[in-house]
Amino acid sequence: MTTSRKGGLIEVLLVEDSPGDVRLTREAFRDANSSVRLHIANDGVEAMAFLRQEGEHVDAPRPDFILLDLNLPKMDGREVLALIKRDDSLKTIPTVILTTSDAEADIVRSYQLQANAYLTKPVQLDAFESLVKSISDFWLTRVKLPQQRKNR
Amino acid sequence: MNDPRSGMRSDMSPLEVLLVEDSPGDVRLTRDAFINTNDRVNLSVAVDGAEAMAFLRNEGEYGNAPKPDLILLDLNLPKIDGREVLAAIKTDDILRSIPTIILTTSAAESDIVKSYKLQANAYLRKPVQLDAFDNLIRSISDFWLTKVKLPRQGGRS
Repeated sequence: MTTSRKGGLIEVLLVEDSPGDVRLTREAFRDANSSVRLHIANDGVEAMAFLRQEGEHVDAPRPDFILLDLNLPKMDGREVLALIKRDDSLKTIPTVILTTSDAEADIVRSYQLQANAYLTKPVQLDAFESLVKSISDFWLTRVKLPQQRKNR
Repeated sequence: MNDPRSGMRSDMSPLEVLLVEDSPGDVRLTRDAFINTNDRVNLSVAVDGAEAMAFLRNEGEYGNAPKPDLILLDLNLPKIDGREVLAAIKTDDILRSIPTIILTTSAAESDIVKSYKLQANAYLRKPVQLDAFDNLIRSISDFWLTKVKLPRQGGRS
């Protein structure tokens, strides 16, 4: 039922500066969906370089799905979201906010900027795992993602 | 999932879902699946695109329609097409923050890409099998109505 893709891999870009959260997310995806290939950008600048295939990211694959933290070094997640959703090529990539912030201002602003969904990071470990599983089930098996164009 | 400490919502107000769907069979299946899944859902139905826009803009008989927390939108609709409804929602400063999910029989890549370009929040295909349809609604309900943080209602009345 998963959308068939070249090589069967689903490319996920996680934009996250906390090494602990990166590790938890990686482990949760590994348990939830073996087709996921997880890429990490530790700040907003690196995320944009990855998405634009700049510098060391020249061979980076186009992500099928992006998980984006809001509070990031160098370039804020809100700015990354705005750049993605303003770019004609990148805007079709589903971009889900995953953050500790439950401020209504962040929630509303993210949807205004056309985040595809907004999720808060649970504090409890098993709730975190269950959330990643839920993301994987909904976005990577149920949802129809746009087909990749490998050569951009 | 109804734990008030979970931070989903501070109150137990209904979750307003607008289904824009012209097939009575699919309306019935969706309604039944929501009833079995989440008793807080208040499902409203618009049977074509013009009715959907009247509902969203509180026009005519919809003067008191609630602002939906979530919209499920078919693409092929009478009067105003779902693509046009989606474009109207996502270019409206007030409506654009409402998560809008395409639920359609179309598997055409052009529909998928166009919908994401128009900023559909997600694109789902209607399964043909009955139990798969139930599962899909359950999955929508689980993800969007219990996990996702939705923008709070603007208190429109």
